[in-house]
Amino acid sequence: MDEQPSIFGLAFALLARGDAELMSIVGLSLRVSLTAAAIGFMLGLPIGAALAMLRFPGRAAAVLVANTLLGLPPVVVGLVVYLALSRSGPLGFLGILFTPAAMVVAQVVLTMPIAAALSHRALAPRWAELRDPLLVDGARFGRRAAVLAGAARPALVTAFLACFGRAIAEVGAILVVGGNIRNHTRTMTTAIALETQKGDLPLAIALGLILLTVALAVNAIGLLAAPRA
Amino acid sequence: MFRRLLIAALILAAMPAVAQRSITVASTTSTEQSGLFGHILPIFTRETGIEVRVVALGTGQALDVGRRGDADVVFVHDQAAEEKFVADGFGVRRFPVMYNDFIIAGPAADPAQVAGRRDVAEAFRRIAARQAPFISRGDRSGTHAAELRLWQAAGVQPAGGWYREVGQGMGPALNTASAQDAYVFTDRGTWLSFRNRGSLKIVVEGDQRLFNQYGVILVNPARHPHVKAADGQKFIDWLVGPAGQRAIADFKIGGEQLFFPNAEAMQPGRSS
Repeated sequence: MDEQPSIFGLAFALLARGDAELMSIVGLSLRVSLTAAAIGFMLGLPIGAALAMLRFPGRAAAVLVANTLLGLPPVVVGLVVYLALSRSGPLGFLGILFTPAAMVVAQVVLTMPIAAALSHRALAPRWAELRDPLLVDGARFGRRAAVLAGAARPALVTAFLACFGRAIAEVGAILVVGGNIRNHTRTMTTAIALETQKGDLPLAIALGLILLTVALAVNAIGLLAAPRA
Repeated sequence: MFRRLLIAALILAAMPAVAQRSITVASTTSTEQSGLFGHILPIFTRETGIEVRVVALGTGQALDVGRRGDADVVFVHDQAAEEKFVADGFGVRRFPVMYNDFIIAGPAADPAQVAGRRDVAEAFRRIAARQAPFISRGDRSGTHAAELRLWQAAGVQPAGGWYREVGQGMGPALNTASAQDAYVFTDRGTWLSFRNRGSLKIVVEGDQRLFNQYGVILVNPARHPHVKAADGQKFIDWLVGPAGQRAIADFKIGGEQLFFPNAEAMQPGRSS
């Protein structure tokens, strides 16, 4: 592969030039995926906590469902969200199809099960340890969940970063609901898909390298900010 | 001083309004990926302050998006499907805009010996007789529809291991043909801007039947009341008017013109 040096050179040149369009694409990718990961995590965490702490009929089935949804194909999520947000669909009145907001909605659907399944897995063993003292203490569900989450913080940071990773890497859902519109809904992954279609493979790979660099930076910040395990 | 502040305030106040004024156009991969929109849309936006957001799909899909009311304008290339779109009440009226042409690209080795032929039906017959690998879009796009019409004209029912449908856009189909040394039916615009050709080259071009007409249609506001009819029609009027037609003719790759404006010639009714 004598193309390799030129690909790295191209990636570096793109970054060094500080091209305005590239920067806005990187910015949109981060904005959409961080927002979606944060919302997905906020919605998934209480579900994971409930699965870990409460005993109710169908709990085992709910855990199975949450874990199965980890394998949700992004393009299927994209199509379902597309049909829901389309002007002819039930949420068409919102008029957000082909906007960044639609992309956030699709990625929330993708990240919520990850937050639920991984936080369940992180909280369940802590709950086994802390259940008796907390129950003796007589704390309410919300308070108990907060203590538990505090004890499992490092694992929850990993769960959040997994949500972010899923969101920033996927292309199937945002391509369908965002439309890959230049200067509006084009992200790193949809730009890579586009350049691949145009046969500009070196540029596509260079963009991929930049995407990895951005993801690396986010993960480094997340892990540095988190308490040590 | 006061006046300057007032002007600054007015500009600030107007800016979000300018940024918000936009229309959504469902169009084809050939117009987007060839770079045509990148060339003409900034000119239109500069003249009118209307931002054009293009969703690039196959013609069939683009018309579906219009049918669902998710775009204000459709800009595609399959005359029969466009006329049906208007007849079914989803579009207001179809305006011819421009044409380009299709070509057959094939491997330099040319196993079916079609290079340099003009008769596209004869070329298709030879490829089928030879069972030489052929990549088809297979995605209900305008290009796919044109390809199927030509197989019909050739009197061949393409089937078998040599006829491979990829079900994707023009770019992926070209990537596949390039990797498999196969023949492929493509529009010239995407071909000219395509970078990963491998051993592929143009083998057949110039037949009248390879003519590829583009049309533009406003999505019917009677059916979808939220359609931005005024701004959408403004875009259509610009495309078929002198400024838009000139912008289309000026778009070149490597000195070669890709799209040929013909709004006037195709509309004898709208005599000048």
